[in-house]
Amino acid sequence: MAEDKINNTKSDDIIADVTSGDYKYGFTTDIETEVIPIGLNEEVVRLISAKKEEPEWLLEFRLKAFRHWQTLKMPKWAHLNIPEIDYQAISYYAAPRKNAPKSLDEVDPELLKTFDKLGIPLEEQKALSGMAVDAVMDSVSVKTTFRETLAEKGIIFCSISEAVKSYPDLVKQYLGSVVSYADNFFAALNCAVFSDGSFVYIPKGVRCPMELSTYFRINAGKTGQFERTLIVADDDSYVSYLEGCTAPQRDENQLHAAIVEIVVMNNAEVKYSTVQNWYPGDKEGKGGIYNFVTKRALCKGDNSKVSWTQVETGSAITWKYPSCVLKGDNSIGEFYSVAVTNNYQQADTGTKMIHIGKNTRSRIVSKGISAGKSENSYRGLVKVMPGAENARNFSQCDSLLLNDHCGAHTFPYMDIQNPTAVVEHEATTSKINEDQLFYCNQRGISTEDAVGLIVNGYAREVINKLPMEFAVEAQKLLSVSLEGSVG
Amino acid sequence: MKQQYIDVYADNRDLIKANSAPCLNIIRDAAAEAFKITGFPTHKDEAYLYCPTLQYLATDYGLNLKQIEPKVSEKELFHCSVPGINSVVVAMVNDQMRAISETLPDGVVVCSLKDACERYPEEVENCFNSLASKHADAMTHFNNMLAQNGFFVYVKKNTQLEQPLQIVRMLDATIEMMTVAHNLVYVADNAQAKLLLCDHNRKGSKVFHDTLTEVVVAPHARLELYELESTSETTISHSQLFVTQAEGSEMLLNQLTLSNGITHRHTVVDLDGDHANLWLGGMVLNDRQQKTENYTEINHNASYCNCKELFKYILDEEAEGAFSGRIIVGDGTKQTEAYQTNRNLCLTNTAKMHAKPQLEIYADDVKCGHGATTGQLDETALFYMQARGIGKEEARMLLMLAFVADVIDKITVEPLRDRLRMMTEKRLRGEGVKCNNCSLC
Repeated sequence: MAEDKINNTKSDDIIADVTSGDYKYGFTTDIETEVIPIGLNEEVVRLISAKKEEPEWLLEFRLKAFRHWQTLKMPKWAHLNIPEIDYQAISYYAAPRKNAPKSLDEVDPELLKTFDKLGIPLEEQKALSGMAVDAVMDSVSVKTTFRETLAEKGIIFCSISEAVKSYPDLVKQYLGSVVSYADNFFAALNCAVFSDGSFVYIPKGVRCPMELSTYFRINAGKTGQFERTLIVADDDSYVSYLEGCTAPQRDENQLHAAIVEIVVMNNAEVKYSTVQNWYPGDKEGKGGIYNFVTKRALCKGDNSKVSWTQVETGSAITWKYPSCVLKGDNSIGEFYSVAVTNNYQQADTGTKMIHIGKNTRSRIVSKGISAGKSENSYRGLVKVMPGAENARNFSQCDSLLLNDHCGAHTFPYMDIQNPTAVVEHEATTSKINEDQLFYCNQRGISTEDAVGLIVNGYAREVINKLPMEFAVEAQKLLSVSLEGSVG
Repeated sequence: MKQQYIDVYADNRDLIKANSAPCLNIIRDAAAEAFKITGFPTHKDEAYLYCPTLQYLATDYGLNLKQIEPKVSEKELFHCSVPGINSVVVAMVNDQMRAISETLPDGVVVCSLKDACERYPEEVENCFNSLASKHADAMTHFNNMLAQNGFFVYVKKNTQLEQPLQIVRMLDATIEMMTVAHNLVYVADNAQAKLLLCDHNRKGSKVFHDTLTEVVVAPHARLELYELESTSETTISHSQLFVTQAEGSEMLLNQLTLSNGITHRHTVVDLDGDHANLWLGGMVLNDRQQKTENYTEINHNASYCNCKELFKYILDEEAEGAFSGRIIVGDGTKQTEAYQTNRNLCLTNTAKMHAKPQLEIYADDVKCGHGATTGQLDETALFYMQARGIGKEEARMLLMLAFVADVIDKITVEPLRDRLRMMTEKRLRGEGVKCNNCSLC
């Protein structure tokens, strides 16, 4: 009995440790930023467009979106408690002043230091990991590496504003083709004021030789960041794209409403991985990033494949559903997610799988971990349209609860309109298994390590889907977010 | 849409009140005010996302505000019976109680809510509106604004009732009509009862049937409640059922839809006492353009509670089914076990199924799970049977019967179970669900 008590207090301590870990990546870089006055109106939209020297059609696109956005109200259906957002109190454009450096020497040394702190020194990255890094600070691309290597293969990997200038036809053809400006409130907002982001085009038959990676950073206070990513994978191509982020610690809430669009043609495959670790707010739930992102992939061609993998540990509020529209016959959509919430964080995340083509398949694996006083929800839609013969879906959503004040919720939606479809969903919710803890204890593993083991083992299925470099970072993040001293 | 009902109420307030159960009149004005503000729910409300009945509220229905009794002969009233069930049959026409087949057993009261207000004021006061007010939404306000009567079932303390109570509700109207009823069931401490609610309609009657039922299951009581709908496509049924279970109580709630028009069932069960136990299930057999939605919400507000939920749908032709299940485990509850299962068969390209099995968990000492599948019959099982000389159609029938069997098997009243097996089989063969010699439905 006494032993039990000791173990209990011990595990209580650990959970207390686990839930009291501080954000380790909080710092602000001092870089001159150009910020336009706060507020949002047609003038601002025109100003953003003018600053970026955009063609007429893009300005029209922005204005159409803005006018539509004005007719919309912020949706309330999510299981989230979102403080009122004053869209007129945000500045919609911030750019580092020293634009488009030609070489590393031209890059602001302060910025390079920031990347060093984040663990991605550009030089080392170039030499060692073989990754092309399109580093985005605030809104304008500062540095793109490995462009030449990629150019040889015909791969385009550049900032979207550059793409608008250099490849207007491609951008015009695909921009807004997956997520239209009328899709939802935040998509409309993004279409109106998007600042920058990445554009990737993989030509026919090309297998991208390296992982493409973008490091997002929100850096200037009181600025919303409205990223826009567009990936087009032409017939028989393959690309793996990484997106990761850490943000400096600050008190003001920051809004982030990004759009990611992916178009996948015949026999092509896109793998999109995210590690998200923005500032989640302090232990009292003050501050933190609002992460409201629209991510969608269109499997346009036959035999195409899209795989979303995400590790969500940051942000005060996470609200996103990376989705797959499986239009081509035999196309495949996958979604792997680990979402960790701690303290007062809230997450309402999941996916949508829309089966339109014949013999389409989708797989959803979602692992939620809640601690502190957080709320963690999975919300996912599986829709099988009447023409989607032999569609197949399997969804698995597990939730792990680390104490008795947090919430873990599951909201799956299934709309089936075809008799040949087979759709399965299963979910479990439980706390850390006492038997497993006891088993580890018996074998000389301290409760501290055992909690770490179990949590990492629980998320393993998803972390394994990440590219090597990311898997390491993701594990670190899990430790930081959850294990406190344990990891 | 709401305006026509607000006007009806404003114009006939006194008439409604004069012909109603007194307890309903107490809450009526407040409900009317609340309804004025909320109006009807829309498909944008999460709980009514797929609700099929909402659009039918726009019709200009007649309301029997004077509570005139439609002419139905006694013979017709008691025609619907299950052979060998030996139940006490209470016949209702729309929202009015009409006749009881035999004397009620000791310790059991079945009467109209209006009578109950006079005869059992204390019991009515204890239970009435306690649940509806807690979970009130726009449809609750609407019901409270217009309901005039309903049934009252009271099983007294320590009464162990073996014989099932059967309430047959006949929907009968010569014009397009709306009936609004508010019912109350109270099973007192340590009592036991089986209650069977059968809904039928007279052929061709076009009725919008809006009911609100409150069920109070007292400590250590046990209630089995079977809701059986076998109406026709002209019936639109919107029902709200609110249940509270006290400490150590047990409840079996089985909602069976054999045939219907458009049905929305909104079921909320509060497990308010420790060690309460609930089995909630149902099956839906729909074809043509029938639509059925079951919305269920189980609130675990106490510790050591246990619930199991199982819903099965078979959808044929252009039928549309929806299942929204929510299990909510409240903060501070201990040792909760909750499982939810929803399985569906879509038989054609035009049949649609929407499933939303949801868990909301605010405590960590839980074992919760849910599963949902939508698919077709197992090809290998079909082949196995065909290889053994069973025709394809027959084999399909057997598999479908087996598919819904675990819902039917939960029925503890044996004659009813057999009857339902037979009716289900008939229904799946497309022969309708008429009882033998039934002249009504």
